[in-house]
Amino acid sequence: MASDELFASGHRGCAGCGEAIAVRMVLQAAGPNTIIANVTGCLEVMTTAYPETAWKVPWIHTAFENAAAVASGIDVALKKLGKRSGINILAFGGDGGTFDIGFQALSGMLERGNNVTYIVFDNEAYMNTGIQRCSSTPFAASTTTSPAGKVSIGKKQKKKPIASIVAAHDIPYTATAAIANYRDLKRKVKKAVDVDGPSFVHIFSPCPTGWRYPSELTVELSRMAVETGVFVLWEVEGPDLNNIKVTYRPKERKPVEKYLKMQGRFRHLFKPERRTDILNKIQKDVDEKWKWLEGLNEMAR
Amino acid sequence: MGTKQVVKGNFATAVAAKLVKVDVVPAYPITPSTLFPEQISTYIANGEMDAELLLVESEHSAMSAAIGASASGARVATATASQGLKLMSEMLFIASGMRLPIVTAVGNRALSAPINIWCDHQDTIAERDSGWLQFYAENNQNALDLMIMAFKISEDHRVLLPSMVGLDAFVLTHTMEGVDVPLQEEVDKFLPPYKPVYTLDVKNPITFGSFGTPAYYTEFKYQQWEAMKNAEEVIDEVFSEFYSKFSRKYEKLSEYRTDDADIIFLTMGSMSGTARAAVDKLREKGIKVGAAKLTVFRPFPFDEIKALSKKAKVLAVVDRNISFGFGGAVFGEVAGALINEKENPILMDFILGLGGRDVTQDAFSAMTDKAEASIKKGKADKMVNWINLKGELRG
Repeated sequence: MASDELFASGHRGCAGCGEAIAVRMVLQAAGPNTIIANVTGCLEVMTTAYPETAWKVPWIHTAFENAAAVASGIDVALKKLGKRSGINILAFGGDGGTFDIGFQALSGMLERGNNVTYIVFDNEAYMNTGIQRCSSTPFAASTTTSPAGKVSIGKKQKKKPIASIVAAHDIPYTATAAIANYRDLKRKVKKAVDVDGPSFVHIFSPCPTGWRYPSELTVELSRMAVETGVFVLWEVEGPDLNNIKVTYRPKERKPVEKYLKMQGRFRHLFKPERRTDILNKIQKDVDEKWKWLEGLNEMAR
Repeated sequence: MGTKQVVKGNFATAVAAKLVKVDVVPAYPITPSTLFPEQISTYIANGEMDAELLLVESEHSAMSAAIGASASGARVATATASQGLKLMSEMLFIASGMRLPIVTAVGNRALSAPINIWCDHQDTIAERDSGWLQFYAENNQNALDLMIMAFKISEDHRVLLPSMVGLDAFVLTHTMEGVDVPLQEEVDKFLPPYKPVYTLDVKNPITFGSFGTPAYYTEFKYQQWEAMKNAEEVIDEVFSEFYSKFSRKYEKLSEYRTDDADIIFLTMGSMSGTARAAVDKLREKGIKVGAAKLTVFRPFPFDEIKALSKKAKVLAVVDRNISFGFGGAVFGEVAGALINEKENPILMDFILGLGGRDVTQDAFSAMTDKAEASIKKGKADKMVNWINLKGELRG
């Protein structure tokens, strides 16, 4: 690791933590003139156990639901004090602190137009408290509060489409990114911090602990999510969802089953018996979402 | 020496925020504090005030943004009340834990349910353990002066804790009173610019709001405890300097006709004036009563309460709040302060004025009757007494 890394090694993240990989890339793209407001979650716990810290940039954590509001306060304060120029203000949230409890503060910040880049590291459940379902958890995933059982196939609802909802706030820049596509990720973060006004990057961050897969497969899981179309890489520039651009197209989309089979949280779809009905439904949902995005993309051309 | 203006209490808190040159005002409107963000908005719209107004989507975000702004080195004020203060509650503890000298005006208002927009002290009393300094205004002049002084006390490096200034809903927030508004240059001389110890600075990166394990958490809390202890002395210094510069005298606990009193009423907020008027009337009848007013509730003025208790046969605490399953909260604090005294007066607690019901001189007569009966008996029949209950609930 280069010595000028802004996210220091030696933090307490799990081996193969997708979020830690993503954070490192984000800071490489954002650079040293960056201030971070972080929500409560794995990231805060694993990087700041007093008196140690993994952050080489100014960093503040207050609570679970309000990084967007704290960052707004930093934005206006630095502006008033004449220190705003050349500084990137980033808000970091997990999916819990963004899709659920922090959604109001996020929406408020987007409407106000604070010059903050909000980045959500999405590992699709409340991992810090022990793998409970949240509104980011995908359909049929087994979590500790949506367990697969004799009469349950796991989470009953679909994942909340956070990035589309955010883009609908008519902000200057919204994007989705994945760690396997790291050049795309860093390019998008750079774009996000460079625009004037609120921007949002949704980063897909596999979690070996919560998804139950071997630690060394994190990047592979990220790649498979993109190659299957489970997670689509796109960006919207300017205040119009019609300007959506899919930034990466798999040559041929792989079947979603390949991605699901790699993870313990979907094991019940294959054993003790194969749940073809559920697998078909998941594939159909992915196909439909892809079609919708492609349609928007065509419209934009 | 300033100008005399006839203003509402809310206006007094807004003009104080202007005079102390706050940098950032994150705000969300709630009755009865709405005039604060409205007035700040008007000042900014007219170019009379150079501050950033951040109109957020909730009180929770208002206090969150206040924390972000204060940690960035800005002087920050906001205002709220009742349910709004409750929505901020989580962040109140974080503001004090981070040692950020934010000042909040609170239009003291009852809590739901049932929903009620009028005055009592339940909202701020319920935040007494939040690590914020608490001041209670008796009138609009107090509201203005205490807001200004709160910044100086909070920002003192021996303290570095946030402050809330309570002013009674409608009784003060919406009532016009003559107030001496100090000149800008006078306030500038009294209050230097905010000099934070640590800020979010890219040239000197620090980590705010760490994960505090059992190995360290207690020490953080002990330092907050010490800061609150230090505030006792800093408050005296600031009150005294304010008196020398502005000729208006403030005390943590102010006494009125207590020297030969048998019964002393202890009050907070706007009812304190009523208490003094009632004392005068009762004295005319030959009843030896006195009044004492708490201006500072946190840190709690133990020594002053102990000294006061030596003067009375009955110390009657008048609580405009209720801690269910115990009694009035101020009463509990007073009883706690006197626990190790050799001799104590009869302590009585009176609950009244909840949800905006008027606190009248008649109420003080009723309390006096009960206190006299206790003196005769040598003890209080009831520790907690609800005054002026209606109909069949009447005790």
